[in-house]
Amino acid sequence: MLRRFKLNPSRLILAILLILLGAIAMYFLSRAQLVVAGSNFTSIAILISGLVLYSGMLVIVNMFEDETVLSIAMLLPSIVAVAIFVYGFIAWSVRVSLSQWKGLLPDYTWVGLSQYTYLFHDARFLIDVRNTAIFTVGFIAGCLILGLGLAILLDQRLKGEAIFRGVFLFPMSISFIASGVVWGWLMNPATGDRTTGINLIFKSLHLDFLISQWHASPQPWGMVFTVIPAVWQLSGFTMALYLGGLRSISDDLREAARVDGATEFQIYRYIILPMLQPVTLSAVIILGHMSLKIFDLIVALGHKDLRLDVPGIYMWTTTFDGTNYAQGAAIGILMLVSVAILVVPYLVQNMRTETEL
Amino acid sequence: MSRQTALRILFYFILIVLALGYLLPVYLLLLTSFKPISQVDLKTMWALPIGGLHIDNFIAGYKQLAPNINNSLMMVIPEALLSALLGSFNGYLLSKWKFRGSNMVFTFILFGMFIPYQSILIPLVKFMQYIKLYGDIPGLVLVHIIYGIPITTLIFRNYYAGIGTEILEAGRIDGASLMGLYRFIMFPLSAPSFAVVIIWQFTQAWNEFLFAVILTNQSNWPVTVALNNLAGSQLVQWNVLMAATLLAALPTLLVYIFLGRYFLRGLMAGALKG
Repeated sequence: MLRRFKLNPSRLILAILLILLGAIAMYFLSRAQLVVAGSNFTSIAILISGLVLYSGMLVIVNMFEDETVLSIAMLLPSIVAVAIFVYGFIAWSVRVSLSQWKGLLPDYTWVGLSQYTYLFHDARFLIDVRNTAIFTVGFIAGCLILGLGLAILLDQRLKGEAIFRGVFLFPMSISFIASGVVWGWLMNPATGDRTTGINLIFKSLHLDFLISQWHASPQPWGMVFTVIPAVWQLSGFTMALYLGGLRSISDDLREAARVDGATEFQIYRYIILPMLQPVTLSAVIILGHMSLKIFDLIVALGHKDLRLDVPGIYMWTTTFDGTNYAQGAAIGILMLVSVAILVVPYLVQNMRTETEL
Repeated sequence: MSRQTALRILFYFILIVLALGYLLPVYLLLLTSFKPISQVDLKTMWALPIGGLHIDNFIAGYKQLAPNINNSLMMVIPEALLSALLGSFNGYLLSKWKFRGSNMVFTFILFGMFIPYQSILIPLVKFMQYIKLYGDIPGLVLVHIIYGIPITTLIFRNYYAGIGTEILEAGRIDGASLMGLYRFIMFPLSAPSFAVVIIWQFTQAWNEFLFAVILTNQSNWPVTVALNNLAGSQLVQWNVLMAATLLAALPTLLVYIFLGRYFLRGLMAGALKG
């Protein structure tokens, strides 16, 4: 593979300098602490020194004049980072989930799958699974229906399209926490004199029958209402996806159908909707993986109310409030499995089609 | 009136009703934020402020959140810039220097974008404690950069894939090396996707909650954690809370209003095939 080696004295000196600089800096940093403005930067500085050392090695690799090797060598830091922080940590979590680690001190005593079998019989976890299922179905259905409807409406060449598009899309830029806080007040369940939020609007319009307990309703309806803020945030995104799809369908196709005597409804039903299927698939994957790991929105909306519990919150409280690390890890791994079932086939498919190109 | 016109009026009606619904939460935030304390009453939540606008709530909200807004800025700015630079290298190498298995490497990296972070949280906390980056902003920056590698690589890779190879071949003939081609040809062409990635990473990190709440001490809390804490406490009046929420959401909202075009492109890149 390494066909040629061209010695370039000035580059060699540069490489040696970089390697020495990095190594010396790492040596001193490992024996001292670097604190700037109250923050400990020692590890960050060691990381940077390591990268300096590595760049010196890259200069040497570069002398072999094999650019494929060089490009792989340059990708290596990112690959290593992902390998450790994603795959290595997943493996570590799996190991924790097979242990009996409870309490602050690590305890890796092997207990097999008993954390998992416990969870499958645990009332709280089963409620979490049901809540996630309700949330996922409601959230995806809401976003797809509203998103497609809005996209079709905006595709009619109406005036002010850009303004409408902006209005439907802006909630996407707000954090789930901020959204949960506002919607918590809008969907305030208080009754009588303390009626407020959207219920107050219904009351003053004499639409009392619409007054609702919202997310404080008896289950499973309470969970259904948590879908409202989530759809508010991401239906505009779904709309943008569909609008992109609609705009890529050529006008000639619609014109041809019109000439053949198709009504507008038929054009959408038999030509446009089938052509939008790949967009729907992308949207389901993206929205689905978000809803399977939904966490912050429910935290801000429900304040750890057990009736609105989801696996993300259970993992958090079990691990960090209850210090039951083994069980927390098991919940995390089960969440990962649910997301992987949805995403991995899509990623593999994506990789295959690209390799063919 | 023709059927066509009636239909258009119906469309406008639906769109306007829906748009008002989408704006309702922001209307409530603005309305409440600008009321004086004396007019804050759950029964008159939807009444307009009487006798001019007041900014007392903003001042009170800002007092609560100022250190956290500062923490968020200190975290988000280096994070967004470094993420973009790293993503740009990776995207260039993975789109223009394809080697056998480079698609596999890309997919290997991309998977990191989808994982629920709960599945790596315990090792992450232990590791950050071990390397003494737990509890503070620099550690959070590092974590956001590393878990940002998949999305930033994806956006840059898709962008560079759209740039023809002819221009690189021309540079090749002029004797440019792998890094020379990046430095003199690709990097100067990358401004639009740098904008996309910087905006995207800024928004993501500003809005992020899980890493922030687990990995930082109370004095280093970013704004999302502080806001959630404020919302859960009984000591803060809800009008102050609304103003604080508006302040916490304002940076990303402004970015969206002024740079929304780029924001949208970032979203589309997140949809893999755009």
